[in-house]
Amino acid sequence: MSESATQQCVAGMDSVIVIHGRKVVPGVAEGEALVTRDRISGWGGIDSRTGTIVETRHELRGQSFAGKVLVFPGAKGSSGWSAAFHLARLMNVAPAAFLFNEMTTKIALGAVVSHAPSMTDFDRDPLECIATGDWVKVDADRGVVEITKRGQCAG
Amino acid sequence: MQLTDHEKAMLDGRDGPAVQKAMDLLMRYGEALGAQRLVETNNVCATITATTPFQRDFALAGGGMDAVFSEFSLDSQQVVQVPKFKTFTSHLQLGFDPNQPEKMGLSEEIVRFYDKSERHVAGLGAHILNTCTPYQVGNVPTRGEHCAWMESSAVVYCNSVLGGRTNTEGRESCGAAMLTGRIPDWGYHLDAPRRATHVVELDVEVESVQDWGLLGYYIGDLVQERVPVVYSRRGIGRVPNLPRLKHFGAAASSSGGVEMYHIVGVTPEAFTLEQALGGNRPVEVFHYGEAQRRATYEKINATGKDAEIQYVMLGCPHYTIEQIREAAELIEGRKVHENCELWIFTPRAIKSVADRNGYTKIIEDAGGILMTDSCSAMSRAVPKGTRTVALDSAKQAHYLPAILGVQAWFGTTAQCIDAACTGRWNGGYA
Repeated sequence: MSESATQQCVAGMDSVIVIHGRKVVPGVAEGEALVTRDRISGWGGIDSRTGTIVETRHELRGQSFAGKVLVFPGAKGSSGWSAAFHLARLMNVAPAAFLFNEMTTKIALGAVVSHAPSMTDFDRDPLECIATGDWVKVDADRGVVEITKRGQCAG
Repeated sequence: MQLTDHEKAMLDGRDGPAVQKAMDLLMRYGEALGAQRLVETNNVCATITATTPFQRDFALAGGGMDAVFSEFSLDSQQVVQVPKFKTFTSHLQLGFDPNQPEKMGLSEEIVRFYDKSERHVAGLGAHILNTCTPYQVGNVPTRGEHCAWMESSAVVYCNSVLGGRTNTEGRESCGAAMLTGRIPDWGYHLDAPRRATHVVELDVEVESVQDWGLLGYYIGDLVQERVPVVYSRRGIGRVPNLPRLKHFGAAASSSGGVEMYHIVGVTPEAFTLEQALGGNRPVEVFHYGEAQRRATYEKINATGKDAEIQYVMLGCPHYTIEQIREAAELIEGRKVHENCELWIFTPRAIKSVADRNGYTKIIEDAGGILMTDSCSAMSRAVPKGTRTVALDSAKQAHYLPAILGVQAWFGTTAQCIDAACTGRWNGGYA
């Protein structure tokens, strides 16, 4: 990522930031962002019934991703990743969308069976551009993510 | 993705709706990955049976076992009739040991439902190995064999120790593979992603099962999902055997997402450091010495506070027959403490050997139980009143506190057996 791109990301308090990436799962969704720099474990790392991160020492431990746009580096841990998020979908507590940087079979299959619009391979790092609480519109079909920074509406 | 004529015909419904749904999922999955094509596989290891009350209710709501397979193994909301599996298929571990309903907290109804489900998938061609270690009991991939395996500890063993080729698949992609004999040709099916990216140079000897678990946990934390190569200038001393590599890989795939590793002079794609790297310039070179070993030990034991132990669990990944023998020798003539329980997990096939060798009786006479099919992390079953557990598995020590909110002590098998017999954790860094 270039330095100017970083500055654009940081300077986005009074405007909508747009970043581009590759479609992983088609569809359109929007919601509040939940951002972490920790990778996420599926089975053993989340509670599929409540949509909550439970992994010991995870920075989001105790927080719910239900209906949120989950922004994270990628997946780790057990092969139950997809089944854990699949069950979260059946319990209506799956994320609204997945935005991530590192492609693995766990995240690919997990995103597919969650039926949540998903993207990767971004022109700007979503971990830099998006903060928890921002409002994020994901249009995976067009490969576009629109980020409205939190505080813009209030301020 | 580019499909062959045969694959196109499956996608177009030539082989029926279940195969069509399977191909549809493989297309969605392959495109998500960015795969170019599918690869043939005739070796699938998966969780297939229905084990939860949720799945039971799902089956009862209409469609029965086909409804469970359609949703949970094919991501198909349309219920399709499931034909016999095309591939050689092994069943992985479950959410309980159906032979221990009381210990597992299972209702008779759930056991009956599971038995029905087991008979159903066995009839379709799933072999009921019911273990996280299929490579111990009849499914041993050969070098270069394309597989579709779940279970991170089995995947890393398949790729690294055996030279088979598999990604970490999930329940749904394995379901699709069973019906089509196909899986996306991506990741560890290809040559380049198998090559090492990070070098871990050993500055200390790594010998015991615990040593290999500590090293694995350290490496997984550092390299996450990349490919490490373990190297020692003096050469790897004592060649690590199956229990050591089983523990090493399970630890590395728990603290991180390691699906493939090399050990120079030991694993089949690493006769030399150069071969393991295959032209890659290492992203980083890490040193593993006494300080790293100690810090890793402290990290795995981060939740351990109370000395009083209510539960000792061994067999993650499922114990080998030689590990059962060791446990039996350590506990023979002793008794499990009245405030503590000892559960040991192994594949059904190995338990039958342990029965014949008398190990099961020795363990049971001491008050322990030899179980199969599951573990506490999978089953969420622990003895009533368990607050603190003792484990000889870094993987189990990683997961149990998160899943059950218990404290975990990690140590050697001997320290764990001693904890079981005294009801106290007397272990420590050694």
